[in-house]
Amino acid sequence: MMKINGYKDNYEMFVKSSGNKSLPVIKPKEYNFNEKKLRKNLTQLLDELDLKDGMTLSFHHHLRNGDHVLNMVMEEIEKRKLKDLTLYASSIFPIHSPLVRMIENGTISQVYSAYVSGPVAKAISEGKMEKVLVMHTHGGRVRIIEMGEVTIDVAFIGAPTCDLFGNISGKIGKNACGAIGYAVTDAQYAKKSVAITDNIVEGLANYDIDGKYIDYILKVNSIGDAQGIVSGTTQITKNPIGLKIARLTTEVIKNSGYFVNGFSFQTGAGGISLAVAKYLKDLMKETNIKGSFASGGITSYLVEMLEEGYFEKLFDVQCFDLEAVRSIRDNGNHIPISASKYANINDDCVVNDLDFVILGATEIDLHFNVNVTTSSTGEIMGGSGGHSDTSYGSKVTIVVSQLFNARIPVIKDQVICKTTPGETVDVLVTERGIAINPLRLDLIERLKKTNLPLKTIRELKAISDELVGIPQEIPFTDQVIAVVEYRDGSVIDFIYKKAL
Amino acid sequence: MKLNKPAKAGTYESNDIYIMIFPGYNSNIIELESVVYETFGEQIKSVINESLNLFQLTGVLVKAIDKGALDFTIRARMTTAIKRGMSNE
Amino acid sequence: MNKIYRSMLFMPGNNPGMLQSADIFDADSVIFDLEDSVSIEEKDSALILVTELMKSIQLNANIVIRINPYDTAFYQTDLDLIKQLNINTILLPKASLQSMKDLDSQLEKTNINIFALIETAQGIEDVYEILKSTSRCVGLILGGEDLSVDLNCERTKEGTELFYARTRVVNAAKALKKIVVDTPFTDTIDEMGLKNDCLTARKLGFDGKASINPRQIDIINTVFSPSEKEIKFALRVIDAKNLALENGLGVFSLDGKMVDLPVIKRAEFIVHTAVKIGLIKGENDEN
Repeated sequence: MMKINGYKDNYEMFVKSSGNKSLPVIKPKEYNFNEKKLRKNLTQLLDELDLKDGMTLSFHHHLRNGDHVLNMVMEEIEKRKLKDLTLYASSIFPIHSPLVRMIENGTISQVYSAYVSGPVAKAISEGKMEKVLVMHTHGGRVRIIEMGEVTIDVAFIGAPTCDLFGNISGKIGKNACGAIGYAVTDAQYAKKSVAITDNIVEGLANYDIDGKYIDYILKVNSIGDAQGIVSGTTQITKNPIGLKIARLTTEVIKNSGYFVNGFSFQTGAGGISLAVAKYLKDLMKETNIKGSFASGGITSYLVEMLEEGYFEKLFDVQCFDLEAVRSIRDNGNHIPISASKYANINDDCVVNDLDFVILGATEIDLHFNVNVTTSSTGEIMGGSGGHSDTSYGSKVTIVVSQLFNARIPVIKDQVICKTTPGETVDVLVTERGIAINPLRLDLIERLKKTNLPLKTIRELKAISDELVGIPQEIPFTDQVIAVVEYRDGSVIDFIYKKAL
Repeated sequence: MKLNKPAKAGTYESNDIYIMIFPGYNSNIIELESVVYETFGEQIKSVINESLNLFQLTGVLVKAIDKGALDFTIRARMTTAIKRGMSNE
Repeated sequence: MNKIYRSMLFMPGNNPGMLQSADIFDADSVIFDLEDSVSIEEKDSALILVTELMKSIQLNANIVIRINPYDTAFYQTDLDLIKQLNINTILLPKASLQSMKDLDSQLEKTNINIFALIETAQGIEDVYEILKSTSRCVGLILGGEDLSVDLNCERTKEGTELFYARTRVVNAAKALKKIVVDTPFTDTIDEMGLKNDCLTARKLGFDGKASINPRQIDIINTVFSPSEKEIKFALRVIDAKNLALENGLGVFSLDGKMVDLPVIKRAEFIVHTAVKIGLIKGENDEN
């Protein structure tokens, strides 16, 4: 091995590094102020990219179920008869159903993702993909790239607005999605990065991704469908059972010992989680307690709380509705963050500063392990997203769920898939009682002083079993179809193909 | 006892079950669709059978579309359907 | 007076999803309804559903069943099944002297109590006699919707049209030491309106309020619960009473005012209620 005294100890790494653009490099002068990066034809661009079998291609999911970018690119690639590609897509939605065919015909042999739903999830559950699905967390995705566990050959970045330098903004354009935090690391680390946009403007003053990381700009007619980008999940539940759970959750927050001035908070966009935000606001008003920040996927309810002074700041990695998009554009205290800043264990991530996070569960077991990856019958239908990241970081992690709904119980002896380890889950709130993780003696002690209906998780399960009955076991084969990776890269579970 | 005519009971709402019963078969037949078929299919069928036995019915086709009903609801809907089917009105 | 009747929640009798959740909404009583919320074609379904539920699930709530009115064909069918169940209260709609008398005689040999639903102009006029007609009758609910139809006047949020009815039923119930519960507030979105309506009812002397939506229970319970201030004062009255007893004093004063029997009784009632609903701990569970 070559060794040079007195110059860069780690010289080897530098000569071998391929396209790590987070390193400062000098760009050729002629890239500026012309259309050198601009391409107007996808076929031509793909020729230039010199794609090969076995490459890894990345996409982000900010356009959610309104995304046209992933399908547009992959369908063109499929025509080129490329095989054995790895799809590194931060999440996959029902709109991405054309991928099923590509999984079946071998164009795509492996998928990495934090959340997979719809027909693609079904196809993978049926064992149709050649290699395993790797299910990481939002934070884990960044870590995998940074650590070089996966090298992205080409990042295709749907860009609501782009200038000729390649600077990208998610905040403006007809398909504005607000924050674009999941794409930042891809742009920085991919060997080649392509911004795909339907809105080119001159010189963006304010952008989310620096053009220095972008190699090509592809102009297309449309990157998505605004209706699907802000999908309709962001409604407060009207179900009285959900509202009761939300009320109990707010009481837990109030009496936890962490509800003090400057507290921080994150909640998902599910109906019950949103109701918690509503009741929390009432509580903050009543007690005159103000929060420091709310984070995560941001909805109009949190925007309203920011604007009315309940929180000082919003740290936003993903906008869930149009109000959030408007706010992140106009309000300096609504701050976009990258997935790394959000949840990467190697970064000073926001989740570590969280006091409360409100999360959902498909299943939770007697040790508080949570499944949000498969259905209660074992089909893949989701994934961690930021579930296990926030659960790890937050001082009080509260899982909210109906004890059972339409005969589907939430508490099991064992979860089908361990998405989030029970050691990081503190409280389960159901309509028939609240269970605190026995590891949290401090919470147990404080909440015991209240009138809240505290029960052990075994007691809650007994109530559920009594009403619902004991479900039949779901039979599985020994074929692993997915690996569940924790945020630090350790494997915490496998998902097996179901027996017929 | 015997059914005089086809009858139905229940709704398609969540937590309910829709039951249709038809007389004139050689033995009791249960056709079940359920949102929890994999986890509670056998249990639901056994509750339906119990109801048929309680009224000593044979040769009945039961078509059931279940939306996650608990046992008490399945029993109630079966009883309602059977009583309706046995009535002469 | 043992039971608390701050809130009485109506649930449609043919809806299994609601019925099986009856005990989670913190309503002091839940009324399983076989009458207005059930269509004529489904009367048999609802009756059987409620029966099966009561037979198989131990609900952690005070269950009341509203049967169909005396002058309908369903009344007897309902009653025949319901009186065999392990329930303690039946709510009789359109209660009249005649229907109370009949229900009372049919419930002979059972321990089932009756709540009268007073919702006709005649019922309002007869309310004292209706309540008095049987010791089985523990209280009444005022039914404002049907009553305003009977009165041929508009049912308003302010409830001016019910003023006479409200004061009359409260007075009759209080004279006979029975429970009196106000009519539901039917706009389930207007939380402010609900609160005001509850406050009005409480001022007039109602013990609680009926409701047709679980989302209203929280507000109703809060309005009809003793306030912190009331509880504190009541506890001081009882302490002072105990002290006076120890010292052999017949009469005593608190804050410079004589405390007489009605004050003590009210204090005891407030403390009893507060213990019952978990606002303070009872003497027995203190350790």
